[in-house]
Amino acid sequence: MSRSLRPLVATAVIFAIAYALAVFQFPNMFSTRVLGNFLTDNAFLGITAVGMTFVILSGGIDLSVGAVIGFTGVLIAVLISLAGWHPLAAFALALVIAAAFGAIMGLAIHYLQVPAFIVTLAGMFLARGGASVITRDSIPVNHDFYSWISELTIRLPGGGRLSFIGLLMVAIFIIGALVAHRTKFGSYVYALGGNETSASLMGVPVARTTVGVYMLSSVLAALAGIVFSLYTSAGYPLAAVGVELDAISAVVIGGTLLTGGYGFVLGTFIGVMLLGLVQTYIIFDGTLSSWWTKIVIGGLLFLFIVLQRLIFAASTPGDKSS
Amino acid sequence: MSIITKLAIAAGLATALSTAAFAQADLSGKVIGFSQIGSESGWRAAETSVTRSEAEARGVDLKFADAQQKQENQIKAIRGFIAQGVDAILVAPVVATGWDDVLTEAKEAEIPVVLLDRGVDAPEDLYLTSIASDQVLEGRVAGEWLVDAVAGEDCNVVELQGTVGSSPAINRKQGFEEGIASASNIKITQSQTGDFTRAKGKEVMEAFLKSSNGGADICAVYAHNDDMAVGAIQAIKDAGLKPGTDIKVVSIDAVPDIFTAIAAGEANATVELTPNMAGPAFDALAAYWADGTEPEKFIITESKLYTAENDPQGEYERRKGLGY
Repeated sequence: MSRSLRPLVATAVIFAIAYALAVFQFPNMFSTRVLGNFLTDNAFLGITAVGMTFVILSGGIDLSVGAVIGFTGVLIAVLISLAGWHPLAAFALALVIAAAFGAIMGLAIHYLQVPAFIVTLAGMFLARGGASVITRDSIPVNHDFYSWISELTIRLPGGGRLSFIGLLMVAIFIIGALVAHRTKFGSYVYALGGNETSASLMGVPVARTTVGVYMLSSVLAALAGIVFSLYTSAGYPLAAVGVELDAISAVVIGGTLLTGGYGFVLGTFIGVMLLGLVQTYIIFDGTLSSWWTKIVIGGLLFLFIVLQRLIFAASTPGDKSS
Repeated sequence: MSIITKLAIAAGLATALSTAAFAQADLSGKVIGFSQIGSESGWRAAETSVTRSEAEARGVDLKFADAQQKQENQIKAIRGFIAQGVDAILVAPVVATGWDDVLTEAKEAEIPVVLLDRGVDAPEDLYLTSIASDQVLEGRVAGEWLVDAVAGEDCNVVELQGTVGSSPAINRKQGFEEGIASASNIKITQSQTGDFTRAKGKEVMEAFLKSSNGGADICAVYAHNDDMAVGAIQAIKDAGLKPGTDIKVVSIDAVPDIFTAIAAGEANATVELTPNMAGPAFDALAAYWADGTEPEKFIITESKLYTAENDPQGEYERRKGLGY
């Protein structure tokens, strides 16, 4: 097996073992219902994590995504419920705003040479603050379009459901994987994360790629906000607090190197499913404190960071993206 | 109605309730999921521990999920409970909106859902019943107690309101005003917010005392929660007056600390916001399973009055371990 595939395989093996153990204890965990829930309940996290994968692959970080989800949810709820817009028009405006927001963050990171951590932290405060200025309440969305979407569900035998938002997440993962591994933009992102100076010497358009990565992350976060709004039929300014950290965890557990240049979009998918599995297990158990979710995620993160160190310590510098 | 007859009725009611409690249905073998908001306040923690003990008393296998104040976690928990095939689900919803889909899923899986302590904006047929307190009634019980306590003498009341615009503040104010409406001898002379906190309650009470002739013109203080009352008691003591005697203190919630104050004679009465929302929920479920009895859509919990005559020390002991 190629050494570079090891983290991905490790994630997949851990997921399979953990799932098998969970099913052994609670046979109901192996049902179409639980599998459908994995997709539906983690749809917004998964879509966010695809964007986060690109950001981390490029050697950056985006702390603003949770706030962008909250802002988008509030914005579209206000536009639909209070201003009477059609949901599709509201979605389009939200995506355009997010694209501009991501572009500004990308420009600041590249041209001002400010660390992404600081710029996106500012972005997080702006978006969360903006959401709370629009409203402090939870605004319900009651629109025929929303009911229509929620009825777009494939029912599986055994009571399971493949919802529109769950399938949308799967589609975003497939598109994300194709963009990362099969397009020029994708190879630029890997090159940028490997080493910015050599990337620029090799002719990678660094400015365009950086701006593109943060635009992509913000647009996917806004899409996750739309999904979250479909999920809860409401907009709430405090929605999705801390999702940026869950997304980063999923990316790292999925085998992507935090310093950039190495990783797989598919690994992130397994990472998201692993987080969902831990939460579902704790709900099934019903006696563990839900804070154990955080402890398990912390343990997994630590494990993967150590694993990456072990795998990459042996490789020569600059050999990271091989 | 005199205070004596009222207490007699309350005692009778308590006996009736405890008899009912002994006769409570055995739900052993039933698996019930409980999606709690979190543990943001002492009352919430008490609700969780009372729910656990009520479940244990009935033999219920309670699956507990703490949502850490996040709706997405609550939705996940409810979906998880459905997938697990529990017999019923209790939810204390964190926000009112966004429950239609997941409640529909529960309904299709024929799992009854009971809402605790807060309502939701969803069609009523999606849940079995909702259990909550009547905040207006809480204020009214406090007001009626004061009417009986002053027995016709003139009384100037100062009011410590909860957080401005919050529904308990609005409703408890309205209820108290209804309670004293019949007594022209009782007047609310000053009313300000103490934000439901001890520190703010003390501060506002100090201002009230200064502007009322050092407190000589105040006969009673009504606080929208016990915490503010405890702060006010401190302010009254600092001003050299005797709380409970010189100035009567009545408040709402029945947290352990107020019983210490009542036992010491420093507070006079409190109206309970019961943390036992789960008991009535289990009873409603038991009746529903026994013979398909549809409970009322909105079950109102009792707003019980506690004074020095209700064994405040004992009430304190009973509550202190609940997590308040």
